[in-house]
Amino acid sequence: MNKSSNQLIDYTIYLGDCALILGQRNAEWCAHGPILEQDIAITNITLDLIGQSRNFYQYAAQLINAVENKNATEDSLAYLRMERDFKNLLICELPNGDWAQTVLRQFFFSTFQQLLFEKLKDSPDEHLSAIAVKSIKEINYHIKWSGEWVIRLGDGTEESHNRMISAVNNLWMYTGEFFIAADYENSDLILLKNKWLDKVKDIFDEATLTVPENVFMQTGGKTGNHTEYLGFVLSEMQSLQRTYPGAEW
Amino acid sequence: MNNNKEHIYSLLEQVCDPEIPVLTILDLGIVRDVICADDQEIEIIITPTYSGCPAMDAIAFDIKLKMLENGFNKVKITYTLNPAWTTDWMTESGKSKLKSYGIAPPQNVSSRINKIMFNEEQNIECPLCHSIHTKLLSEFGSTACKSLYQCNDCKEPFDYFKCH
Ligand SMILES: [Zn+2]
Repeated sequence: MNKSSNQLIDYTIYLGDCALILGQRNAEWCAHGPILEQDIAITNITLDLIGQSRNFYQYAAQLINAVENKNATEDSLAYLRMERDFKNLLICELPNGDWAQTVLRQFFFSTFQQLLFEKLKDSPDEHLSAIAVKSIKEINYHIKWSGEWVIRLGDGTEESHNRMISAVNNLWMYTGEFFIAADYENSDLILLKNKWLDKVKDIFDEATLTVPENVFMQTGGKTGNHTEYLGFVLSEMQSLQRTYPGAEW
Repeated sequence: MNNNKEHIYSLLEQVCDPEIPVLTILDLGIVRDVICADDQEIEIIITPTYSGCPAMDAIAFDIKLKMLENGFNKVKITYTLNPAWTTDWMTESGKSKLKSYGIAPPQNVSSRINKIMFNEEQNIECPLCHSIHTKLLSEFGSTACKSLYQCNDCKEPFDYFKCH
């Protein structure tokens, strides 16, 4: 296997892992949302994310099987890999916390995903480009929904404002990882950072929130060095396939 | 062979969306092409509405079944993402069927998602009393493709097939 095909596989898996793990976390809200409409909203977003991860995994499986003569499938990638094999951003695997933390994470992630996919759209790789174009339409809705919630809570009551401040303090240290390129990524990833910050600042201004400064940034997810939380996410998500290997609907 | 293709399209016209059964898959615009390699083998190319649309597998199954019932044994279903599906591909007859079913049909290209926070799509017509004094309750509805509105006049909540 040459370096570039290896990198493409890793990159495609990274994109799929972020969507899958955040989708899995959001799905924990199913039947626990604050009101019915918002329960439906967060699970709709989950469905979009899981759909995106399937598209990435299907393509990754095709790439793996072409170079390695293996039997990779979207399911084997989701259900049969170990913690260290997952490349998702740390922010995706963190516990949901309260509603403020959940919507703020979605806003940070979707805003990043949109900028990344706008670039991916022009990729010479037509599979990645097609998935990006398809996903952006969904992401636009995710940004709007989560951005409105950040404003609503940030500029809401004293209680909701304080919860939003805690959410910012809990999550900010995980946002640096978006822009630090792993060896399977383009180094110009860093160019997205200021665009992302501008978009976040726009919403934070309306939400009467302040962007933290000089925060030490956590990294590691992209290379498989995860927080202790990922193991618990995977053990729940993979339990059926681990217990009954090959089980199908 | 052309006749064959027409025949296949007429069969696809009978396959309905499992979640909105008044719409056929042709109304929805998810059938992108039909390729008849020879009399025996047909390839049907479909595209998902949303990345995570859970109806895709059911639709593929229903297509195969419909073909099998009509003597086509070799059917291959291919999924494509490019170009990405848009509500602009929904047929006019599909839109009017949606409306009489009680779902407001999607507006056209110019009115697609308004990215400004708290701005909503305007003038969505209530499928019950036809008032355009309606308001958005939630951008996300009972399926991925719908949002939830309410009529300010007759007060009924209703689904809107959102622009995509
Ligand atoms: Zn009405």
